Amino acid sequence: MVRLFGPLVGLFFAVALFWSFGNGAYNAITQPTPATVEASFHMHPKEIAFSFDGPFGTFDRAQLQRGFKIYQEVCSNCHSLKQVAFRDLTALGYNVAEVKAIAKNWGNKAQTFDPKTGDRGERPNLPSDHFPPVYYAGQGAPPDLSLVTKARHGGPQYVYSLLTGYAEQVGYKNEKGEELLKKFPDAKTPDGLYFNPYFANLNLAMPAPLVSDGQVTYSDGKTATVDQMARDVSAFLAWTAEPKMDKRKQTGWPVLGFLLFATVLAYLAKRNIWADKH
Amino acid sequence: MSFPWANEYKPVHPFMRYLDERLPLPRFVYNVVGGGYPVPRNLNYMWNFGVLAGVALMLQIVTGVVLAMHYAANAGVAFDSVEHIMRDVNWGWMLRYAHANGASMFFIVVYTHIFRGFFYSSYKAPREMIWLLGVVIFLLMMATAFMGYVLPWGQMSFWGAKVITGLFSAIPLIGTPLQQWLLGGFAPDNAALNRFFSLHFLLPFVILGVIVLHVWALHIPGSSNPTGVEVKTESDTVPFHPYYTAKDGFGLGIFMILYTLLVFFAPNLLGHPDNYIPANPMSTPAHIVPEWYFWPFYAILRAFTSDFFFIPAKLMGVLAMFSAILVWFFLPWLDTGPVRSGHYRPLFRKFFYLLVIDVLVLGYCGGAPAAEPYVMISQIASMYYFLHFLVILPIVSSIETPQPLPFSITEAVLGKDEHSVLSPTSPAVA
Repeated sequence: MVRLFGPLVGLFFAVALFWSFGNGAYNAITQPTPATVEASFHMHPKEIAFSFDGPFGTFDRAQLQRGFKIYQEVCSNCHSLKQVAFRDLTALGYNVAEVKAIAKNWGNKAQTFDPKTGDRGERPNLPSDHFPPVYYAGQGAPPDLSLVTKARHGGPQYVYSLLTGYAEQVGYKNEKGEELLKKFPDAKTPDGLYFNPYFANLNLAMPAPLVSDGQVTYSDGKTATVDQMARDVSAFLAWTAEPKMDKRKQTGWPVLGFLLFATVLAYLAKRNIWADKH
Repeated sequence: MSFPWANEYKPVHPFMRYLDERLPLPRFVYNVVGGGYPVPRNLNYMWNFGVLAGVALMLQIVTGVVLAMHYAANAGVAFDSVEHIMRDVNWGWMLRYAHANGASMFFIVVYTHIFRGFFYSSYKAPREMIWLLGVVIFLLMMATAFMGYVLPWGQMSFWGAKVITGLFSAIPLIGTPLQQWLLGGFAPDNAALNRFFSLHFLLPFVILGVIVLHVWALHIPGSSNPTGVEVKTESDTVPFHPYYTAKDGFGLGIFMILYTLLVFFAPNLLGHPDNYIPANPMSTPAHIVPEWYFWPFYAILRAFTSDFFFIPAKLMGVLAMFSAILVWFFLPWLDTGPVRSGHYRPLFRKFFYLLVIDVLVLGYCGGAPAAEPYVMISQIASMYYFLHFLVILPIVSSIETPQPLPFSITEAVLGKDEHSVLSPTSPAVA
């Protein structure tokens, strides 16, 4: 029975697939998929190096502190960081008193609700609080940045590329020398949006946030070029997404070392036991 | 059942004798994975993967039970509770990465185990029941893994759940009510998340139960082996312990090293970035893809793009995707060749390697966007997949001329066999 019906079922699926294939091929020839502006002009993130790349890489605390400053003075006006608590900043090298001061002086206050009176109010943030939500009177709420480097292909390189990738759309050409508005005249960036070839659909609502060198004054004396600021804040956001990365890699090496040793022993034991059976 | 020359469990310590007379659990373990289980002496490293799959299941259960202590199955807080595990729970990041990558390792091991079965025709008599139970385990694994991927309640969790439960709506007449009943709503939401969590916790223990049956069925005829020649005499076998415990120990080391590399140095390599974006029913991701281990079947699902007479394309895709696994249930009766091992089946072997390439191509297309040329490639590859099992295998097993088999396992290993004889009067065959 199986050998009778099996081939029939197999041929049934094969013919149905052939039918789909034929229709698909016919459509592909008669109505080829039109080229999209995203396919021709979307750019992959720039290949830049970070201190935490690779299996031995670790976060550079000085860089994370600089990146935190960029977040504090620029990004936090619109973007929240709700998965991170002020107390977590001790991992960046701040001491407890500094963390208390950062929390207390943070612009957005913690929201309070008194269940006895029903009164709503606010109070200064405590180190145990998470970064407060940002209420933004614009076109929709900007995304929370806690996990952004894990939520995008390219991670911190993507964030860096986006921050430094804003371009003038008029006259913009890709690597092949094709001019965007000549090839796709309908793809003009709408008013209120900004052209950036590193963004998935090329137009985003956020204007370039890092615009001039020295926009932020670093306390460690580093020159705050736009490139440096973009690198630093990308590194900071890599930390907010994966604060346990250093610990993870540090733990991995002894585990790996133990396993290599144990595996060699297991191999020798196996050879010894099997010696008379081959 | 076992071979008559199997070692017998002999408790030495008075307590073990006492226990053996009342609850012979040590005797049971001894007969299952100890010195009391005679195993063919010629097993290669492809026979490590059954034990490795058992280890992978245990790792998933141990990490999963601890994760469940910290996870909150509520659509409002599920995503944040996973981040709480990653940030604030002691070693929570390690548990979660070990669990997520443990699922991938489990599937790598099980796919190898299944393809080992294909090559050596492990499904043939008298081992059909082991094979059938194995397919049941694989189906349960797929259900468990799918529901586990929904729990973090990220974008891919939500949209994956929506696509996969949407498959039920392809069933004529009752499809849409059935889908709504299964989800507890019109789209995945809190009701679906809660039942998925409940089932994700339950099913691994169901898998464990079927594994008990799988191993029980294995111990009736005993393990197969790379020659496909059945065990004849004592010289064909060695006791499982210490011979295969030692060999599995080495295999386990390699497994753990790969697992460690993933967990500690590339924990998000096999995941999708979109699942770090909280679920948003108002925003559809550009490409909805499941986890990598579903890609071959996802490619088959998407390969049906045109209605076939009165059958809608979507229903064809769903039928084909499930049939792609159900067809494995019929393998013992589709492949009727008398020889088991692919080593002695030259024609079968060629088609086997073609199947491996075919499934890899399907996997690649399943992970790619639903656009040309991937759809057309997956149509050709799906066609071969069904023809391989349902048409080519029955034909090949009827027409092929197998190469001569060794006389016995001992002869295959040592080149001669002084113990096995065709009859007491005939000389040993070299």
